[in-house]
Amino acid sequence: MSRTDFDPSALRALAISETGFVFDPRTGHSYSVNGTGLAVLSGLREGLDLPGIARRLYEQFEVEDATVEEDVALFAQRMRDFGLGVRPGTAG
Amino acid sequence: MARPAYEKPTLVRNTIGLMNKAGRRADLDEESSLDGIPVTKLCAEFGSPLFVFSERRLRAKIQEAKDALARRHPKATLCWSYKTNYLDAICAVHHQEGSLAEVVSGMEYEKARRLGVPGDRIVFNGPAKTRTELERAVQERAIVHADHMEEICLLERIAAERGERPTVGLRVSLDAGVHPRWDRFGFNLESGQALQAARRIARGGRLNLGGLHTHIGTFITEPAAYGRSAATLAAFAGAVEKDTGARPTHLDLGGGYASTNTLGSQYHSGALAPTFAEYAEAIGSALVDAGDGTTPLLPLLVEAGRTLVDDCGTLLATVLSVKRLGDGRRAIVIDAGVNLLFTAWWYRLNVVPARNTGGFIEETVVYGPLCMNIDCIRESVALPDLKPGDRLSISPVGAYCVTQSMQFIHLRPACVMIDPRGRAHVIRRAEVLEDLTGPERLPEYLRLEGMREPGAVRRPAETGPARRD
Ligand SMILES: Cc1ncc(COP(=O)(O)O)c(C=O)c1O
Repeated sequence: MSRTDFDPSALRALAISETGFVFDPRTGHSYSVNGTGLAVLSGLREGLDLPGIARRLYEQFEVEDATVEEDVALFAQRMRDFGLGVRPGTAG
Repeated sequence: MARPAYEKPTLVRNTIGLMNKAGRRADLDEESSLDGIPVTKLCAEFGSPLFVFSERRLRAKIQEAKDALARRHPKATLCWSYKTNYLDAICAVHHQEGSLAEVVSGMEYEKARRLGVPGDRIVFNGPAKTRTELERAVQERAIVHADHMEEICLLERIAAERGERPTVGLRVSLDAGVHPRWDRFGFNLESGQALQAARRIARGGRLNLGGLHTHIGTFITEPAAYGRSAATLAAFAGAVEKDTGARPTHLDLGGGYASTNTLGSQYHSGALAPTFAEYAEAIGSALVDAGDGTTPLLPLLVEAGRTLVDDCGTLLATVLSVKRLGDGRRAIVIDAGVNLLFTAWWYRLNVVPARNTGGFIEETVVYGPLCMNIDCIRESVALPDLKPGDRLSISPVGAYCVTQSMQFIHLRPACVMIDPRGRAHVIRRAEVLEDLTGPERLPEYLRLEGMREPGAVRRPAETGPARRD
């Protein structure tokens, strides 16, 4: 069960490389993400919710300012806008 | 093990052609120091934003242009186009290198004289010279290029009053195959007005015929255009001499030579602009071809502006905020806007972080601080993840940015010049509020006495009976 509005099978279908190259075979689009972006994607694939992902970023990265929750929410919104990791038919 | 530094999570959709623009790029140019001084040190010492000029580069550019002309013409002189950048220190470097001053207004004329340039080393152009300015120019033997017939008549009157016979040249507009064609300045050649004006000067009995000047346009990336204008102007000089018996004293081919900036409309990077040597080659060979092989070439003046100074100026600025726009694009707001970077409206200025943040590169919009929608420095430039406080260097901004800067909402910043030994000198201090308010006068009746103390704003009832309407 996913604790976000993202679709587990859509997330599983993504081909994600360690260098931050993301390919969505359903749409043919490819994306680039940075290190924290990769961490968000893998958190979503593991079924974490957004606050859980933010907590993980605090642990994994040296964070100076405290906008991580907002940043994660924005990233998730961008994914929805691109139709990335959402149920087919709900792509933006 | 140390944890990696946090960067905002970033997601960019790859598009063909932009593939290499998102992600981590190893080839990002960095400009962490200017002439040996770290950008962070310059900003710490002189503030941000900050205009920084390289004296070494400026002298090298002037020398390169002088050498290029000297190799192709026996008597060529550079004239420094003041409007391009008339900071005293910049002008002084040009004059030390032997350039004349080229001015287009009484204010610029005065600025050159105040700096110590003698009148006979000033070329006075411009469409709006006043009687007082022309009287002074005549008295000080400036090199005047008349713009219109009324100016010639005025100069005749001044000559008569002074009992002198000043030398007066002409600005000529001609077809050099350049678009748009600049024909609002001077006398048009093809329609016969230029010849008429030359006749008036040569035969009017009050003036001597001076030089023939043309300025074919701006940011012209085609050297051949200067070959055509040189050939046309030289042929016209021959026609004038034949017609009037008076030989023009010189030819002046104006400015307009491209810098390494990139026009918004240009596909290729401006770094591929012609070198000054290519312009000089086009001009020199056209003049030699136009000659008869025996008569000496007329002395040549060249009024190069931006090509000499643009690449010598950098604006250092600071990131104030980083945001996502509604459409998902990354945007940064910096402390320098179009108030300082007038040229951002037609050039794609280089915007480069002062330190390698190593962050994820993404197409980014660069906004200034003006609280106006027009205040955009770049619509899209590949930048790494930046944080407030990060420094950026913006270039080339040596031409027109300082002279056309506006005091609008923000006071203007300092300008420094780094000398060839790597020492920074303030050549214009940062403005203070008094620079703005000094010329203002507040009529006595508008003084806000009642607002001196907090809470002491007078209510209408206290100032008089309430209006009933
Ligand atoms: C008469 C004249 N000469 C020289 C210049 C310098 O032009 P640029 O900076 O394009 O070389 C100008 C600029 O407009 C000009 O009007």
